[in-house]
Amino acid sequence: MKSAERPLSPHLQIYRWQLTSVMSILHRAAGLALCAGSILLVVWLVAAAMGPEAYRGVQNFLGSGIGVALLLGWTVALFYHLCNGIRHLTWDTGHALDLRSTYSGGWLVIAATVVLTAAAWAAGIWHWVS
Amino acid sequence: MREAPPTRMRSPLGRAIGLGSAKEGVEHWVIQRVTAVALVPLALWFVAAVIQLTGADFDAMQDWVGQPLPAIGLILLLIATFYHAALGLQVVIEDYVHGELARLGLVMLARLACTALAVAGIVAVLTLALGAAD
Repeated sequence: MKSAERPLSPHLQIYRWQLTSVMSILHRAAGLALCAGSILLVVWLVAAAMGPEAYRGVQNFLGSGIGVALLLGWTVALFYHLCNGIRHLTWDTGHALDLRSTYSGGWLVIAATVVLTAAAWAAGIWHWVS
Repeated sequence: MREAPPTRMRSPLGRAIGLGSAKEGVEHWVIQRVTAVALVPLALWFVAAVIQLTGADFDAMQDWVGQPLPAIGLILLLIATFYHAALGLQVVIEDYVHGELARLGLVMLARLACTALAVAGIVAVLTLALGAAD
């Protein structure tokens, strides 16, 4: 395509970061992270189906530093994609599409992600120690 | 779009016919939403279940999957997850991969991988639920 002589619109780095665009990109990134996380889900289930030894191996990996970091990242990605997905579904019905609602909804999604992640890990750790 | 060379005798409409919408775009969009709605309760239920299983040994895990409702929930979760993942990956690939062959190949690879992972997960759940594992 021949386009060199035409003026180009400014590219991404020209614009100031906005909550809306960053959240849109993060939604996609979280979705990709969850694809990787769902591989872990299948590995966990297949290991359990293979027997106690394989299952213990996966459980040991998940209990290691890397495993815990992966699970924490997976939890954040899951709750973010879930909450922001509900925001998207709301938009699909034609609601909350004005500028104010997109920002207040965005902050609500971020707050809900933090609260749900903290609650899930608090419950998990409480269940672990008791 | 490049303008058609003047030697071309076919009209723009003639060239476009047969190259347009395959009339399947809506289906992709709708199923993406259907699986998204299904995944809201399924994902929340799964996180709650995993919290309950924190630190559980193999026997506890096997007992849990051996119950009908967790087995049903896990199978539904696997189907919705990997259907949703295949559709989402397709959108990402189509946005960023511009070579036609590479794009088609990657979409196909994503679909095959999602299908294989879903089948592997479902078979694992059934193996545990039906007690074939030791």
